[in-house]
Amino acid sequence: MGIDRRSFIKIAGLSAIFGLGGKAAFELLAPGDVDASLKDIPLTQANTWGMVVDTNKMTDEIMVACKSACHKEHNVPEWGDSRLEVKWIWTDTYEHTFPNQGHNYLDEQFAEKHFLVLCNHCDFPPCCRVCPTKATWKREDGIVMMDQHRCIGCRFCMAACPFGARSFNWGDPQKAPIELNPQFPTNPDYPTRTKGVVEKCNFCAERIARGLIPACVEAANAVEEDSLVFGDLDDHGSKVRGLLRSNYAIRRKAELGTGPNIYYIV
Amino acid sequence: MYDGGKIITGLIIFFMLLLFPIWYQLGKATGVPDPQLTQKAKEAERCVETKSYMKTQHMKMLDQWRSEVVRNAERYYVSGEGKTYYKSLQVTCMECHSNKTKFCDQCHDYIGITPFCWDCHIEPEENT
Repeated sequence: MGIDRRSFIKIAGLSAIFGLGGKAAFELLAPGDVDASLKDIPLTQANTWGMVVDTNKMTDEIMVACKSACHKEHNVPEWGDSRLEVKWIWTDTYEHTFPNQGHNYLDEQFAEKHFLVLCNHCDFPPCCRVCPTKATWKREDGIVMMDQHRCIGCRFCMAACPFGARSFNWGDPQKAPIELNPQFPTNPDYPTRTKGVVEKCNFCAERIARGLIPACVEAANAVEEDSLVFGDLDDHGSKVRGLLRSNYAIRRKAELGTGPNIYYIV
Repeated sequence: MYDGGKIITGLIIFFMLLLFPIWYQLGKATGVPDPQLTQKAKEAERCVETKSYMKTQHMKMLDQWRSEVVRNAERYYVSGEGKTYYKSLQVTCMECHSNKTKFCDQCHDYIGITPFCWDCHIEPEENT
């Protein structure tokens, strides 16, 4: 004898309730266990990492320090040839930094000034849209990350980026001219890249994971307090938001709609 | 047989070329791999996981670590023993196994593989 329709539905209903309940309990408990075990590790988290450059406090000396700290941290070699140049953070003229902000009566102090530029970690990064292998993508915390293992070197992202923030490795960084890079690799804890991949600023994702601030911010603040500030743009109480509340700040090429997350106090 | 001399000479040359790799390596068989542990690795007694697991699965583990770290930003590994490790070939693995030529390369060379890890990741400086 089989079971009638009524008891079949009853059994099925009860099984579904137990099944769902069990799964929910598992999902609720399991992440807690993981969180607890990682409690003693300094993890810094944010919704939207961003940076504020105070151009009034920025000097050439600080910018050199930022660049050198970053490139040392990430084993970025000096090639001595602008066509081969690899850069994560660099300086550029007013005209190139803010191409739509110029006018005939712009004072020399601005027109001839250099600005610190780097990857803008855009809200809508065009580089990620064009990548055919998903080697570059937008992380949940706002960082536009790059997976060198997956990059095939097609350079679509370089064409897509309106800020020129990406560089191609025309040669093997470990074979960069030794006279220009006497102590290369400068950071034994960080890898270099290989010939044929694209690279760019990663907002020091590896440092953030250890509870440190980006190398450029550390270097800048060692010279002049608050000349470069890093923080969570979604956190109302963060220092970056405080600076944006009390100062007027502009972004590079905001009209393109990529939503840059580097702000310049002018 | 027409042109017998030429054919036989040709055949001899052909077989010499064909068998050259075997003849060249004759009697030069490399010894079985003998990976050495550094003092630090010996003192630690246990790697991230058990020795047998690491022996057979280290490549899969490293592959998994690399995806998790780069793509998911999950940088810490909790081992079967409950210990937490920072997932990094260059920092964590090579801290103990700082003798790449006497450890990693021993087996890799023997079975003739060249992992491309070292195209980017920096090899530790060895004292010897």
